[in-house]
Amino acid sequence: MTNIFNYIDRPSPIHRLTGATKLICLLLWSFAAMSTYDTRLLVLLVVLSLLLFRISKIRIADVRFMLGFTAVFMLLNNLLVFLFSPQHGVELYGTRHVLFSLGGNYVITKEQLFYHLNLFLKYLASIPVVLLFVCTTNPSEFAASLNRIGVKYSIAYSVALALRYIPDIQREYHEISQAQQARGIEMSKKESLFRRLKSASAILIPLILSSMDRIEVISNAMELRCFGKNKKRSWYMARPFTKWDWLAMSGSLLLLIAAFALNILNGSRFWSPFL
Amino acid sequence: MKRSPIVTVVAIGIGAALFFVLGRFVSIPSPVPNTNIALQYGLLAFMAALFGPVAGLLIGLIGHALIDFSYGWGVWWSWVIASGVFGCLVGLVSSKLKLADGEFEKKDILRFNLFQICGHIIAWGLIAPVLDIVMYAEPANKVFLQGLVGGVSNIVTTAIVGTLLCIAYAASRPRSGSLKEEK
Repeated sequence: MTNIFNYIDRPSPIHRLTGATKLICLLLWSFAAMSTYDTRLLVLLVVLSLLLFRISKIRIADVRFMLGFTAVFMLLNNLLVFLFSPQHGVELYGTRHVLFSLGGNYVITKEQLFYHLNLFLKYLASIPVVLLFVCTTNPSEFAASLNRIGVKYSIAYSVALALRYIPDIQREYHEISQAQQARGIEMSKKESLFRRLKSASAILIPLILSSMDRIEVISNAMELRCFGKNKKRSWYMARPFTKWDWLAMSGSLLLLIAAFALNILNGSRFWSPFL
Repeated sequence: MKRSPIVTVVAIGIGAALFFVLGRFVSIPSPVPNTNIALQYGLLAFMAALFGPVAGLLIGLIGHALIDFSYGWGVWWSWVIASGVFGCLVGLVSSKLKLADGEFEKKDILRFNLFQICGHIIAWGLIAPVLDIVMYAEPANKVFLQGLVGGVSNIVTTAIVGTLLCIAYAASRPRSGSLKEEK
């Protein structure tokens, strides 16, 4: 329960990078994967991200649970795209190579299949990197990294507070929910939707009121310690950059530049083998 | 009532933690199979109405991004941003309400719901689908339908849960000017 973000402490070159580096790389990388539909670059990103996964010593077994979620999400999304817009690929690529027809508007074209392939590659290119970030970054270091990349420290501190209090609030929710269920509230399918929402509120109200008290206590404690008095603050978990950090960041930056360069060279975000 | 900026910082932190817990671990089945009711938007609307647009924006952004991180499916930025925008829009009502002074009358209920409905419509009917199209090049009819379904269910949830939370919180606060001098 305490390790909801699945941080896995295992010595590896990826773990040794500072949190700020990993956060910057994650942002650059996902931006690169998001902006391009060039299959060649996407394949490169997929290969690189799998390689990084190997280096990080995170095993598939460690992330099986999260991968399951992702796979379902990915399939569902692809299915929805096809159901709603079976000719989306044709519109995007401007050519039409019919393979066979399923009846009605549902004609399978090479373009559509190629578009779905690209969607899959986009997921494959970005998901391992997110998993890597989550598994190799200590949550305590995360807030320090946010501040390092230029987020105001009061906001970074809010994130740190959120991470610190998630387990507490989770426990409290559980206790209140069991107490209220013992008194007879029902939240399952047996009740009507309106009653379900009302009983949810019966749990939420004590939870929110106690959280309001919590806010008061914490902010008083912070005020007594002069939080926010200075323009800067130091972080216990902050570490200095090493040459590996710079290397990782410039590598990710290069990938992003490559993505932009290809977008310009191709004339659009899409690269089509059909022309 | 003027609030110290530290309270806002803490409210963002605790609010994001609450948003995360409700969104990640609390599931109430909805009539549509395999979908759950998103209680967290009721909470977000309440926190935004109490602590203002900045708090609403950041609770939505941080809370939603943390949920996405914990699932590991990558951060779906378009929807994260839409959550933040919704929090920010509902937060605009905070200057017209006096929740902390224990006031939440009929007209406040109307006002709160007007803002939350507009907020949901803009966030899920406009921001999320448009960002989906711009960022992920998804087909328009799919993302607008997704936004519509999400938006409507969120409006209902927020109308019930958010309003009840506001009423309960206002009732727990001492009303300003409720003390009278004894003669």
